[in-house]
Amino acid sequence: MSAIEPAGRRDGRIPVSPQLALRVAILGGLAMAMFAIIFFRLWFLQVLSGEQYVQQANANRARDLPIAAPRGEILDREGQPLVASRTTNAVQIVPSALPPAGSKRRLLYRRLGAVLGMTAPHIQALVVKGRTALPYAPVTIKTDAGRGALTVLAERQSEFPGVTQQPVSIRAYPYGEMAAQVLGYVGQVSEPELKLHAFDGVKQGTVVGQEGLEYYYDRYLRGRPGIQRVEVNASGYPVPSTLALTVPKAGYSLKVTLDRGLQTEGEKALLEGIEQARAGGKPADAGAFVALDPRNGQMLAMGSSPTFDPNKFAKPLTESEYAALEGKAGASGEAAPAPLTDRAVNGTYPTGSTFKPITAMGTLEAGVINPTEGLGAGQCIHVSTEQFCNAGKADYGPVGLVEALKVSSDTYFFEAGELANSHGNIIQREAHKLGVGQQTGVDLPSEITGLVPDRAWRAKVAQEELSCERRRHVSSCGISDGRPWSVGDNMHLAVGQGDLLTSPLQMAVAYSTLANAFTNGGDGWVVRPHLGMEIDASQGRLVQSLSFPAQRHVHLNDSDLNLVMQGIHEAASQPGGTSADVWAGWNQSQHPVYGKTGTAEHAGKEDQSWYICYLPDPKRPIVLAVTVEQGGFGAETAAPIARLLAAQWFGQAKKFVAGSSHTF
Amino acid sequence: MSPLSPITASEQAQPVADRSQVGPRTLRLPLDPLLTLAVIGLAVCSVVTLGAATRDLVPGQPSYYVDRQLTYLIVGSLLMVALSRLDYARLRPLKSGIYGLLIFTILAVLALGHAARGSQRAINLPFFSFQASELGKVLLTLALAALVVDRARRLRDRDTTALVMLAALVPAMFVIAQPDLGSGLVYVVIALTLLFVAGTSWKHLAGLFALGAVALTFVLVAAPAVGVHVLKPYQVQRLTAFLHPTTNAQKEGYQQEESKIAIGSGQKTGRGVNASQSKLGYVPENHTDFIFAAVGEQYGFVGAALVLALYGLLIWRALRILTMSKDLFGSLVAAGVAAMLMFQVFVNVGMTIGIMPITGVTLPLMSYGGSSVITTLLAIGLLQSIYIQARASQALKGRVLR
Repeated sequence: MSAIEPAGRRDGRIPVSPQLALRVAILGGLAMAMFAIIFFRLWFLQVLSGEQYVQQANANRARDLPIAAPRGEILDREGQPLVASRTTNAVQIVPSALPPAGSKRRLLYRRLGAVLGMTAPHIQALVVKGRTALPYAPVTIKTDAGRGALTVLAERQSEFPGVTQQPVSIRAYPYGEMAAQVLGYVGQVSEPELKLHAFDGVKQGTVVGQEGLEYYYDRYLRGRPGIQRVEVNASGYPVPSTLALTVPKAGYSLKVTLDRGLQTEGEKALLEGIEQARAGGKPADAGAFVALDPRNGQMLAMGSSPTFDPNKFAKPLTESEYAALEGKAGASGEAAPAPLTDRAVNGTYPTGSTFKPITAMGTLEAGVINPTEGLGAGQCIHVSTEQFCNAGKADYGPVGLVEALKVSSDTYFFEAGELANSHGNIIQREAHKLGVGQQTGVDLPSEITGLVPDRAWRAKVAQEELSCERRRHVSSCGISDGRPWSVGDNMHLAVGQGDLLTSPLQMAVAYSTLANAFTNGGDGWVVRPHLGMEIDASQGRLVQSLSFPAQRHVHLNDSDLNLVMQGIHEAASQPGGTSADVWAGWNQSQHPVYGKTGTAEHAGKEDQSWYICYLPDPKRPIVLAVTVEQGGFGAETAAPIARLLAAQWFGQAKKFVAGSSHTF
Repeated sequence: MSPLSPITASEQAQPVADRSQVGPRTLRLPLDPLLTLAVIGLAVCSVVTLGAATRDLVPGQPSYYVDRQLTYLIVGSLLMVALSRLDYARLRPLKSGIYGLLIFTILAVLALGHAARGSQRAINLPFFSFQASELGKVLLTLALAALVVDRARRLRDRDTTALVMLAALVPAMFVIAQPDLGSGLVYVVIALTLLFVAGTSWKHLAGLFALGAVALTFVLVAAPAVGVHVLKPYQVQRLTAFLHPTTNAQKEGYQQEESKIAIGSGQKTGRGVNASQSKLGYVPENHTDFIFAAVGEQYGFVGAALVLALYGLLIWRALRILTMSKDLFGSLVAAGVAAMLMFQVFVNVGMTIGIMPITGVTLPLMSYGGSSVITTLLAIGLLQSIYIQARASQALKGRVLR
């Protein structure tokens, strides 16, 4: 910087005074220093660390928005969709395009609420929540607003600033309530779910399965979301740009073992049975059925009543709607049965006489009873001060095993239970061996374990009761009455009453084990019931065949088993058999029926109707388990339902034939 | 240096040519060509940068800011040329009036000014909003220079130093109260530079610095500690944020951090159309106070260096004219203008690259804004006048007695 002119220049000006020259030189020096500092700093920022700042700038402007992947379909065993995906327009709000907070925005929320049938505070809450979750993404207000509302919003766009429509894929259930509990439903992944191992790699806002098959096979069905990189400005509003796009990967479809015809007929039959029972003055408020292929555990049909329409879950539910589905008490008193509960898997019941074949196998194999020896004479059995009677105080006289099963003599099995008690847990071991009182391993999110009561269990609950009473200083915790195991406990178990708790599915598995052993000379296997069959890619290409090997192999004494099977076959086919009149007109030589009725007693309630049967067939054998809560005797409600299912399965004429047997 | 060569380019050339044909001989002396070159260069840089950075700022009007800035530049240039034709020495006797105008306009802004972004800095005129504190820089320079010249013989008196500082501090305080801290600081710097160049004793200058240090400590540390906030809290936060930028990247340090990212990401040759930081609004005020960030991001080190080189040229010419001046008044006015330019460039650029606090000082000629552009061009008009008068007195008398 030549701020100071050398003296004696050619233009003849006098030199500036030395003092001024010095001070101007200082000013010039200051300017030079300042430029030097700026240049060094610029060099450092732009040349030395430029790369790093470019990254920061790009991170600033680019945001990743997930693109939902189309969820895979659920197909029946023929490949027809049971659950599909449907495209609709979701109403969204782009927060940055909203009018400024205040009266204008409140007015918009009110107007939008009126169109969508929502309240303004609800919309506001959704917007606030959405902005916190993904600050730059539009907030979904309503997924399936209906054609009318969408048209209004589309036509009067200018009146709804910041409100947009976005095509989204939602779950569609073409058959409505069919197999609702089995198929399950979907919903946005919740905060606690994100922490679960099952949802590893799932991003917030993703729709995942919440129940049933949708939940169990979610990792296959959900696919992988794509990523849309958007350029956003400083206020987080996306600006038009062309950044990289990762295409979403559609979920695989799941082919299940359900037979749509049998499923439809089963649900219809269950409803018919319930209606018949109601016509007969029974409350009959709930029920369930399972149809199992006994060879491999494929579930051909499974239903539970009351049920629900999973289409409801395609859009957000209100609190009261959800409470009703969970069976919680509404404002009007008593709790109703929960439609969400799959009673076939999660219902816990005593089984009544359908348990008798298990008692028979156990006591025969242990040699406690002799099949030809007559037992159970008289109306009642007396043990100490207690008396154990036949239903309706019937007296079958002393009968052998086969006849006892046929007529469902309670006194016979009370005696068998009494005899077995001194030999330890004979019945209990047999029940466990066949598959009762333990989880079946079914491919559904939850199932009950059940309970086959024995000495150890009773001692355990007595201990729990005692320690609970001590801890809480109350006279009773209601866990147990504290008494020890008694012979009466074993006698009740022998007829499927008492503390026995199991599900229709477990009973179907146990009967399948009997059926397998019966057809294989005593060598049977406990199947693992399942619904999943195949995982397919979008064009039907097989990705993975699902296999569910049997839980274990069991050996049963062939001649004992033949007697038991003969007993339950006669029960369903011979005059005097408990369900023989239900199967009247059925071609027993073509499709012999091995079936047992059951009537479980519940204190203070109508009896629970049960029927379990096995119909052998070289190609398509089937085990059916049906129960109707508060449905009355097994022969009058459950057995006719089973006949309707069997008729559907084997292509026979369908007829609801109520049985007359009033046995437990 | 060949200052006698005629100017050919730019809008300034036209009126000069017109008048040179009809006007008297004394007016034929041309403007300082290098100074004019720097002004044109910076004006072009300003328009080009604004054009790219503000394209999407006003929806549907991509040239909103460019059109206005061009208008300000043309009006300012006309005023500059007009002022250069005037003998600056005639302004010296008007010092009381000028000073009165300064105080009056500043008080008028305080009284009538409307609140723009929480500050009262401007009076909204029908065609543009008038920021008195900007024009005040030129008015104060003239008034103080005249005051110092009047007391040239008593420069070593403590009274003179005190009087000059007081005369600067009064408007500075009013301006800071608007609140426009940046302009207030410019006033103080102008006063100090005038005293420095005029030849005030080192002792007085040292005393002033000591006083300044004490005042700063008082304002930033002692007064807030006892609950008196001389500066608004946001001003204090802005002033201190640059010392620890990363700890408050979301608050006061945000602007500066984003500005650094913008400049750094420009690398050697700039990001051009991909300049996302300045285009997508990550650098706030990227057309006014932070325009240097837009330059740095869009045109990189090369562009920033070019702009800085033009400022170097401008400041060098200011200092050169200071030494050329035919009298002390001219030297002092040039010193004031040079101080104003130096301070504003250093503080503004320093602020965008994270080495100076955020004080709201504009980048002369580059930043969008009528008051700033026109004030700067008026100041340069004064420099041109001093240059022309110096050349004229040389040409006429051959020798100039100081």
